[in-house]
Amino acid sequence: MAEDALKLIQENVVQGRVTQEDEGLDEGMVGQPGVSELVETALAQGISVRDIINKGLTAGMEIVGQKFDAKEYFIPDMLASAEAVGAAMEVLEPHMAESGIKPKGKIVVATVKGDLHDIGKNIVSILLRGAGYTVKDIGNDVEPQAIVDAVRDEKPQFLGLSALLISTMIHMRDTIYALTASGLRDQVKIIVGGAPVSEEFAKSIGADGYGADGFDAVRVVESLFAAEDK
Amino acid sequence: MAREGVLVHVPYERMTNEQVLQIHQASMQILNDLGLLSFNRQAAEMFQSNGAEVTSVSSGDHPSWHVKIPENLVQRALDSAPKTVKLGARNKDNSLIMKGEEPRVFFVSGSETNIWLDVDFQTYVKKSDPNTEVTVPEFHPRRGTVLDLCHAAHVCEHLETLDAFIRPVNIQDQDITGDNKDVNKFFASLNNTTKHFMAGLTSLNQLDNVVHMAELIVGGKEELKKNPIISFITCLVKSPLQFVEDTTDTLMEICRRGLPVVVSSAPQGGSTAPITEDGIMAQINAEVLAGITLSQLVNKGTPVIYGSVPVRARLDNLNDSYGAPETSQYNIDCVQMARFYKLPCYATSGVCDTKTPGIQTSIERLFSDILVTLSGPQYLHCAYGLLDGNSIFCLLQAVLDDAHFQMIKFFLRPPRISQAEIDDSLKQIREVVATPQKLYIRYIRPLMRSGKLSMPYPFEGDGETDNVLALAYERMNQLLSQPVEHIDAATTSRVFEEIPGILPRLNIYK
Repeated sequence: MAEDALKLIQENVVQGRVTQEDEGLDEGMVGQPGVSELVETALAQGISVRDIINKGLTAGMEIVGQKFDAKEYFIPDMLASAEAVGAAMEVLEPHMAESGIKPKGKIVVATVKGDLHDIGKNIVSILLRGAGYTVKDIGNDVEPQAIVDAVRDEKPQFLGLSALLISTMIHMRDTIYALTASGLRDQVKIIVGGAPVSEEFAKSIGADGYGADGFDAVRVVESLFAAEDK
Repeated sequence: MAREGVLVHVPYERMTNEQVLQIHQASMQILNDLGLLSFNRQAAEMFQSNGAEVTSVSSGDHPSWHVKIPENLVQRALDSAPKTVKLGARNKDNSLIMKGEEPRVFFVSGSETNIWLDVDFQTYVKKSDPNTEVTVPEFHPRRGTVLDLCHAAHVCEHLETLDAFIRPVNIQDQDITGDNKDVNKFFASLNNTTKHFMAGLTSLNQLDNVVHMAELIVGGKEELKKNPIISFITCLVKSPLQFVEDTTDTLMEICRRGLPVVVSSAPQGGSTAPITEDGIMAQINAEVLAGITLSQLVNKGTPVIYGSVPVRARLDNLNDSYGAPETSQYNIDCVQMARFYKLPCYATSGVCDTKTPGIQTSIERLFSDILVTLSGPQYLHCAYGLLDGNSIFCLLQAVLDDAHFQMIKFFLRPPRISQAEIDDSLKQIREVVATPQKLYIRYIRPLMRSGKLSMPYPFEGDGETDNVLALAYERMNQLLSQPVEHIDAATTSRVFEEIPGILPRLNIYK
């Protein structure tokens, strides 16, 4: 029974279906429960939060990753699945503490001052939610001081900064200076990304990591998270 | 069922209607006032008996006749030439229906090259850093063989965009002679592709053997008429304005058998025709019309295709310059002239000046492939795999070309704009702008696997490496490993019994 329910969650993650209204990939799925509804049902059946995460959501995302590597899946498929997992995590969040599961971590994301481009940041947010992180998106064209305030208030483990323009990427450095000046720099790991940004630039401004694309950003956060968790 | 090709809904045309008429009138003046020099007695007599003014020019070893063709003779031929030509195929689903007024393009390989280009990949070590290796393609030219032709037909059978097969390589095995070349090239091709097969004829005395072979394969004379799985190309005019003796004979004999035939002319702008657009157009149009007129005098109603292979001369060595933009201009104009006469058109694109696959090759090929396709010729000899003008064939390049034509065909899909589609899109826009992410990505999914979106370039390397040639090579070998539907054993046995000269090694059942 529990195995069937977990298998169904896994399959719907692979299909990228958040709710019963989603089409997914295969024919005739509209009207059948999506990941959100299936997770609620699983909780009602007494299936543990840990099993739902490990055997349902994570197992589903592993299949999605394999399909992406095999070029059977593309970015829209990855994002749909990540959205489904993100929605499931919201359903699970109130139950995690009582199940003894430590939340994976919180990340504040922003596009820096002067830059209105937010596609990259939005995609990274979806993927991070899909990976089980709590994401606080504070928008685009964000002043360094506003980012400092968000770090102070939200107390995230990670800060993600995005820029698309050569003329605005410099504000990543300004933001890091502002965090240092406010005494918050050591409390947060900073990863940066965006078209003009490079690994070399990230190092030069004192960031902790650089994500070449959305998936790389998730890998970097995961690796920083694992190092911190030890 | 027949192949779809691709319909060009709004064909690209260079000339105004007035300019088309001017070219037509200039061609008529050439035919009527200047005429052609015929080195073929039979053709001269036929023109004369139908009202042309014919005068003997010289005698001796190479007698010739000056033939002035009146406009009414040309007009009668244009009236009787079929406006729709069917090219059949072993697999009837691969047939082509070409309508002179419909700009539906079929993509075709060809044409005969002497050199087959083998490819292999070698790994080199960087001198300054022995840990760094690089793998590069190496190209090895050699004389083409009948087995190469089998491989070319085999791969072309599986190339999605390729609608018909013109042999791309001249077979030069030691046991191939002038007398057995035709039967071997026809059998090697027909046995390895179920698509339509078109070729020129090397020896007129092999025509009946070739036609009989086709009859055996389709099941008889009448069947071949209904499903002409073979057709011919004849370049009976040597520019400027001369009917050559042997190919003119060939055209006349093919017409007598009622099989589809391309009447083509291949002048070089700058040497055998004026280099100016109006000049070469007036001449090539006159040359093709002269051939079409002859075809209809021989056998009224012969299915004939307006064939054009005009090319500009290179100014450094007077070789053909297929990569020159003028070559595409000439070809596009020919398509327009053929449409003016409501005849299906054989046009040329994709031939390039370079000797190996690479960047210049892709630029030259794509330039003319895109432009000439947009003009809407019915039978586009777009030279899959051809390099160095008409000299080299590379199977790997044919695979690359197929990917290019997939893009061109996709581009030519008509716009999907209707009120229902617009309503759906407006709903989508309203939904997305109300979300925090404001991304349309999730709406791509229903379209992604529906065939409504173009696929990524199939030979794209990972990351920043250019792996195009290696990936295309892999694809070529995959296609070679896929089976083809050969001619059945019983028919093959009859073909070998009744058609002399076919090499025993081509019999796959022995």
